[in-house]
Amino acid sequence: MKSFIEKLNSKYVLQEVVYQRDDLVFAAIKKENAIDAITYLRDYEDFTHLVLMSCVDWIEDGKYQLLYLLHNPILKNDIGIKVYIDRENPEMVSAHHLWKSIWTYQREMHEAFGIVFPGSPRLKENFVVEGWDEIPFMRRDFDTHEYAEKTYFPRGNRKSNDPAEYMRKKLYPSQPVTAKQRKDDK
Amino acid sequence: MNIYVKLAYTLLGLLIVINWGMLMGATMRKIGARMAGRHGIPFHQPWINLLKNFSTRTTITHGIMYYLGPVFRLSGGVGLFLFMPMVFTGAVDGPWTNFSFEGDLVLILYFQVFGMLGMALGAGEGGHPYSAMGIARGLAQHAAVELPLTLAIVSIAIQYDTLSIYKIVEAQQGSILNWVLFTNPFAAAAIILAMLGALGHSPFNLVKAPNEILIGPATEYEGTYLGFMMTAGAVIHVMEAVLFMNLVFGGANSWLELIVKSFLIYFWSVFVGMVFPRFKIEQSITWFFKVPFVLGVLAILMYSF
Amino acid sequence: MSELDLNKKTSEMLANSKANVKNSKKDFTRPEDELREVVAPDGSIIKINPLYDYFSDEKPKEELPRGGVVEKFLNWARAESIWVLGFGTGCGSIEIPPLVTPRFDMFRYGVQMRPTPRQSNAFIISGYLSVKTLKRVIRTYEQMPSPKYILALGSCTINGGMYYDSYSTINRLDKYIPVDVYIAGCMPRPEALLHGFVKLKELIKAGKAEKANEYARNFDEYKANQKKIIKDWNMPDYNW
Repeated sequence: MKSFIEKLNSKYVLQEVVYQRDDLVFAAIKKENAIDAITYLRDYEDFTHLVLMSCVDWIEDGKYQLLYLLHNPILKNDIGIKVYIDRENPEMVSAHHLWKSIWTYQREMHEAFGIVFPGSPRLKENFVVEGWDEIPFMRRDFDTHEYAEKTYFPRGNRKSNDPAEYMRKKLYPSQPVTAKQRKDDK
Repeated sequence: MNIYVKLAYTLLGLLIVINWGMLMGATMRKIGARMAGRHGIPFHQPWINLLKNFSTRTTITHGIMYYLGPVFRLSGGVGLFLFMPMVFTGAVDGPWTNFSFEGDLVLILYFQVFGMLGMALGAGEGGHPYSAMGIARGLAQHAAVELPLTLAIVSIAIQYDTLSIYKIVEAQQGSILNWVLFTNPFAAAAIILAMLGALGHSPFNLVKAPNEILIGPATEYEGTYLGFMMTAGAVIHVMEAVLFMNLVFGGANSWLELIVKSFLIYFWSVFVGMVFPRFKIEQSITWFFKVPFVLGVLAILMYSF
Repeated sequence: MSELDLNKKTSEMLANSKANVKNSKKDFTRPEDELREVVAPDGSIIKINPLYDYFSDEKPKEELPRGGVVEKFLNWARAESIWVLGFGTGCGSIEIPPLVTPRFDMFRYGVQMRPTPRQSNAFIISGYLSVKTLKRVIRTYEQMPSPKYILALGSCTINGGMYYDSYSTINRLDKYIPVDVYIAGCMPRPEALLHGFVKLKELIKAGKAEKANEYARNFDEYKANQKKIIKDWNMPDYNW
């Protein structure tokens, strides 16, 4: 795996290489080279299976991180390709021509984060929610609690209990309280 | 016999048949439940269901044929009843022979299809795609059932040289060996197998099984319409059993004999249904053309030469 | 009716129709639902509003019980024959299949599953309800014949349960459709569901399960609440 990564590094510039396991490596590639590298991995290095594609919102850095996780069914290796894109103007080159299953992932990214993949089929169709007119709901600056309170008629006086503590008080009130529990209660 | 007295007997007979049909349905569901290790529905559940359906407040219509669908089905069942001799009493115009006449066999065969056609028209106007699918399957299967049934019945008609059900029953009196079951075994076998399709229990209940494409033709029907259809279903089930009893199993000399025989005939189809899983429609049609149809052709050939 | 009248009626209907009220900044009309004009073979122009031409938009009416001994008898029959719609809306629907097994056996209480809303009169809202499902639930509920009952299963239908702060699931079911019986718990066991049925039977026998009439009476209020969250309202106001 290590020699393979070095070979890949000579072709495309890899950053943040993390050897997670013997058979799992994560590496970041520049946005311009990403689809190129993924195509190369699929067509020449037998990473023919797209395991998943996901997105992370790094709001502090002003970036979205896209993750393409690829699997090599011959050598039983996985490689995760990370791509950082700008959060203000989220646009990524579509990979719909490589796997059909990526259409749905890109549709999901578009709905949940507002990332645009030009040319991806059925991109604008509803995926999870229907008739959504707020900012995309998986962005970290979208306050879902506030939205729910504003929209869904919350029933007031909602109380939460710590299950362990609640059961101890309710079911075993006569049992002696340990010093640690007393500390937790305070 | 006076026509009014006869009418009174016929209406009383219809009442008995409706209630017996519902009780029989409940009993069979109870048997099924016991086989699965459950208590199952109470015996009076069909009457409660009927009452509830008739007490539904909302009724929605989709047009005239939609109204007429359940009416056609019920009149198909009642038509089967009207021209069927129920109990053999020794005289054609006896109390329980209803309006049986020479040639009623043909009319009965027609009435068997009548309810199905009415449902096809009604379900078609309901407009639900699943009703249309259900009715297409139903008619396809019905055609496959009718063919061996008609062949066997024609064979019996040739055998006794009559088209009157009453005369067929009369010819089978005396000994158990006079039954068509023994005198014309091929026709009897064809009828006993085709009966499974006509009664519509498990291998052949794709059309109306609740867990298939919704519930088939009845998808859009509710409340009073459904009540009518349930009543019609009870009547039709008993009348199909009585038809096969008259044709193959020597008719009945009393109501008790009728009840026992129709229960056993109905139980035969339930028994098969408990044992065998449901057929797809093409499987069931193929089966009807393979086994009962061949037996029916053999029965015809036996009496043609 | 002549074409002129038909055109006039359509335009009146369009002016009065609530579907044109915008609850949202965006326009969610599907292309096939847009208003269009069709030229008839004789050259006249017919306006078509797909959402209102194919459906009846008549409001539901209150169907009051007649009262007296007859109504009591019918209520007994309704209570002993509860037909439940086979529509699992959330995770709680996993508690429904055990009811037909030998251990719980709901048939002995006169409870059955039915596959179509036209033939069922009880609806189990099983667990959390997302806005997307709520739309289907409303359509289905309105197609059921009256009298109809709703059993709300699980904490999620009462106050949102563990999904109280989710962007996509509702908190209080009774704001959108009237509920007869709540079954609390996360998840309630099948025994609790059976107890809910027994409770519902008591309500029906006492003549208190008239929530379908309540829905008809407070129709505008319920519709306003529903339309507040279902922003792509692309169906008629009442689905017969």
